[in-house]
Amino acid sequence: MNETPKILISNLNLSIDKQDILKNINVKIPENKITVLLGPSGCGKTTLLKTLNRLTDLYENVKINGSIILDNEDILHTKSDITKIRQKMGLLSQRPYPLPMSIYGNVSYGLKIKGVKKKKMLDEKVEHYLKAVNLWEEVRERLHHPASALSIGQQQRLCLARGLAVDPEIILADEPTSALDPLSSQSIEEMFTILKKDYTLVVVTHILRQAKRIADYVVFMYLGEVVEQGPADEFFSSPKMDRTKAYLKGAFN
Amino acid sequence: MPDMIKKAEEIFFRILMIISTVAIAAALLLILFSILYKGLPSLSWEMISQTPKGGFYFGKEGGILNAIIGSLYLSICSTILALIIGLPVAMYMNVFLIRHKKSLNLIRFFLDILWGIPSIVYGAFGFVIMIYFGLKTSLLAGIITVTLFIIPIMVRSMDEVIKTVPSGLLESALSLGSTKTEISYKVFLRQCIPGIVTAILLSFGRAIGDAASVLFTTGYTDSIPESLSDPAATLPLAIFFQLGSPIEEVRQRAFASAAILTFIILLISIVARLLSTKFNRNKIKF
Repeated sequence: MNETPKILISNLNLSIDKQDILKNINVKIPENKITVLLGPSGCGKTTLLKTLNRLTDLYENVKINGSIILDNEDILHTKSDITKIRQKMGLLSQRPYPLPMSIYGNVSYGLKIKGVKKKKMLDEKVEHYLKAVNLWEEVRERLHHPASALSIGQQQRLCLARGLAVDPEIILADEPTSALDPLSSQSIEEMFTILKKDYTLVVVTHILRQAKRIADYVVFMYLGEVVEQGPADEFFSSPKMDRTKAYLKGAFN
Repeated sequence: MPDMIKKAEEIFFRILMIISTVAIAAALLLILFSILYKGLPSLSWEMISQTPKGGFYFGKEGGILNAIIGSLYLSICSTILALIIGLPVAMYMNVFLIRHKKSLNLIRFFLDILWGIPSIVYGAFGFVIMIYFGLKTSLLAGIITVTLFIIPIMVRSMDEVIKTVPSGLLESALSLGSTKTEISYKVFLRQCIPGIVTAILLSFGRAIGDAASVLFTTGYTDSIPESLSDPAATLPLAIFFQLGSPIEEVRQRAFASAAILTFIILLISIVARLLSTKFNRNKIKF
């Protein structure tokens, strides 16, 4: 992979309460591809994801060093507004967290914060992004109903639409299908493969089959370290490290 | 045999729980019944539409409009002031201080101590402040004292509700590029409206029902306060003075006053509940 990466993580170390969570992480996340952070539970993949948009700011006693370069800017040491950087990255959590407002309110929330006021503009965007996540037909009659009334699968798609509406360049997804039924999971996966045309996706998962289905680039993590990374076909067909081989055989989860 | 014991245990505790629940409900009904039973005969239109005639120990005539108005002024103003001061504190604790667990625990500890201080101590403290600033017993002095007294109640009960908002919602809202202030008032506030209404009601109930904190600070008078610097009558003190009267009819009027006080609290609770259900529909259940 010789092209310039979208995100370049170098020598990243992170500890909480003096306990090392991430150890010397060096990862290149390619643009307009799905990068999968793969590994067993507790290997630090979610923490790595949250470091990318500095949600780790919310942790207590956290120590980070190293650098994460996005668009020639070190996210970890930047002086520019962190909310602006966060807007470049949409987040999809393990389970949907819709905002306590209407369906319409959820999608337009980020736009309103960015200063879009015109009703017509908001209407158009809401429709556009709800269509982008295949939710429009299901909710067009009840846009102003509470988002809480939607099913979990619909809520997760709403959260994706809400994230896309802010016009990010990157989508961060933290085990986005773990709370969903198989059908909703499938639709999220399909959407990801369509979205990668316009966005760079970073998806955390511990489901090997899911990684095989969607990944273009795989970063395999174990106990806070990156064991192996590479393009998906290479990674799955000819893994180099013993630990990777063992994991792919299902030796540990 | 152990199965038998388990079963007996189950039945025993179930009966215990039922008895306790019924006892509490019965206590509430009994209080309402005795207030109404003793108060209803004296409850009249005159009682709620006129100021007293003949002094607070001896007044058999007129009504307690002075105390109704005084109590409403006092408790509404204090509740609003406490909300204006308390809501930002509760939000600051749960949105901004989230990674400073030690400071957070310290603040909660202080507030809990303040909550536990008896209202008569706040009354005495208010009295000291009044003397320092040269204030006379007045509605203003009462409002300040009662506000101080209900702020911890307001903050801690809102805090307990806002605390339950999952961190995932905070993370999601941050990821959309909102600032913490926007999250406080656009996301957390909406999510917590029902709980915040409960906090306001709890504080209002304490404000309107407390006698000790207003005893030295607001004073008592037979007339309706016309400005913040006038002393004001309050319902709890009206009940206190009426009950202490040597005259039977006046003592009976104390129960009518109690019924009015209870009715005001009931009415405000119902209205607030109705209002909060309107917002409740947007609340996300996690």
